[in-house]
Amino acid sequence: MLTKRIVPCLDIKNGRTVKGVNFVDLRDAGDPVVLAKQYADLGADELVFLDIAATIENRRTMHDMVLKVAEQVNIPFTVGGGISSVEDVDDLLHCGADKVSINSSAVKRPDLINELSQKFGSQCVVVAIDAKQVDGEWLVHLAGGTIPTDIRLFNWAKEVEERGAGEILFTSMNHDGTKAGFANEALAHLSELVNIPIIASGGAGTIQHFVDTFKDGKADAALAASVFHFGEIPILELKEELKQQGIPVRL
Amino acid sequence: MNKEDKIVSNKSKSSSPFGKLEGASSSLVIINYGAGNIKSIQFAFKRLGVEAILSNNPDEIIAADKVIFPGVGEASSAMKMLKESGLDKLIPSLKQPVLGICLGMQLMCKHTEEGDTKGLGIFNAEVKRFSNKVKVPQMGWNTISNLKSDLFKDIKDNEFMYLVHSYYVENCDESIATSNYDLEYASALENDNFYGVQFHPEKSGLKGSKILQNFLNL
Repeated sequence: MLTKRIVPCLDIKNGRTVKGVNFVDLRDAGDPVVLAKQYADLGADELVFLDIAATIENRRTMHDMVLKVAEQVNIPFTVGGGISSVEDVDDLLHCGADKVSINSSAVKRPDLINELSQKFGSQCVVVAIDAKQVDGEWLVHLAGGTIPTDIRLFNWAKEVEERGAGEILFTSMNHDGTKAGFANEALAHLSELVNIPIIASGGAGTIQHFVDTFKDGKADAALAASVFHFGEIPILELKEELKQQGIPVRL
Repeated sequence: MNKEDKIVSNKSKSSSPFGKLEGASSSLVIINYGAGNIKSIQFAFKRLGVEAILSNNPDEIIAADKVIFPGVGEASSAMKMLKESGLDKLIPSLKQPVLGICLGMQLMCKHTEEGDTKGLGIFNAEVKRFSNKVKVPQMGWNTISNLKSDLFKDIKDNEFMYLVHSYYVENCDESIATSNYDLEYASALENDNFYGVQFHPEKSGLKGSKILQNFLNL
């Protein structure tokens, strides 16, 4: 049976992880490669690296990091941040990334999704959508959730699927950072609306939140950062509890 | 001219450029025809201490002890690339162990629904699309069962492997592993010296590495 995926997300700046990471037994918690290996050993199913300071100057730094991760980590990983062209993706896949995640660039030029899925296959095209519920309406936001648009989440999700996205990474700006649980109602609606996998993001605070997002939110994968980085939720313990609650996981 | 003749003539045309490979005790070639994330496969073997050669050169491929036939992307365009380089004729004629991975395995079958593409016909199996009763692509970790090959030595039934695919190989006589998604399908195949795996051993943790090691040991 296909299992539900647990996906730690690492924010990267100049080739280093940011937002303090608190693993006691790591020699260098700022080194994404060391951290990625650690997560792979601890039972993470996949990893996401998000380049939060993506500029042309530090693109090479990111490529070097991707190469090192691919060399040393034996689970799949996605790279996102600042990707806006077929060439960008070609470079990252050549460095060994398994998937790429595009966000604002897809909203600005939706044809990019078609181009990427035709050239590289849907399986490596993740479209990340940041959305915020405003007066009952879920609206897509750009640039890390800072710029609102009038694009409706569900319309956009349907469109990215039709254009060839292989997966949707949905972050609720209302829930992100709250540690109060995922946006399960919107997630469940997304899951019914499109026929590609949905990664839930934003709001993880407790193990029960993961249980809820798989059961109520019908998510295929759940992404989180700080609860994993600070050891608040050990991945093994999380997966054992999910299994207890009847959710299929890789253990 | 049959396949064998053509390959022999290819080889005789250029005897020198790969002379340096002769005498190498063991060589592994990953067929590089423009489809897929071959870096990950190369790195996975590097973690096992084996330097794999990336090549689309017939002489180099024929001379290898083991051959990996990778593939990610769309079937008809991948098959087009194989034809352009003559690899569609070369691959079925190989005598050493050959491992097709993901789309590589699907292209080794006789036909795929993806782009209504004729395959290499190494495996007598059909490739079909998952129905819309499930999310497509299947993406993530699923179990492999009914294991029956030296490729799975020391791998226990229901081990988890990482898969990403929208098309599947029908369960058939050549099946050496099955998985369940939408239905029970063949997640690995074997016919003589040819092997295929739908999952990505290069991305499936230590157990995936073990399968690659088993392949090297064949």
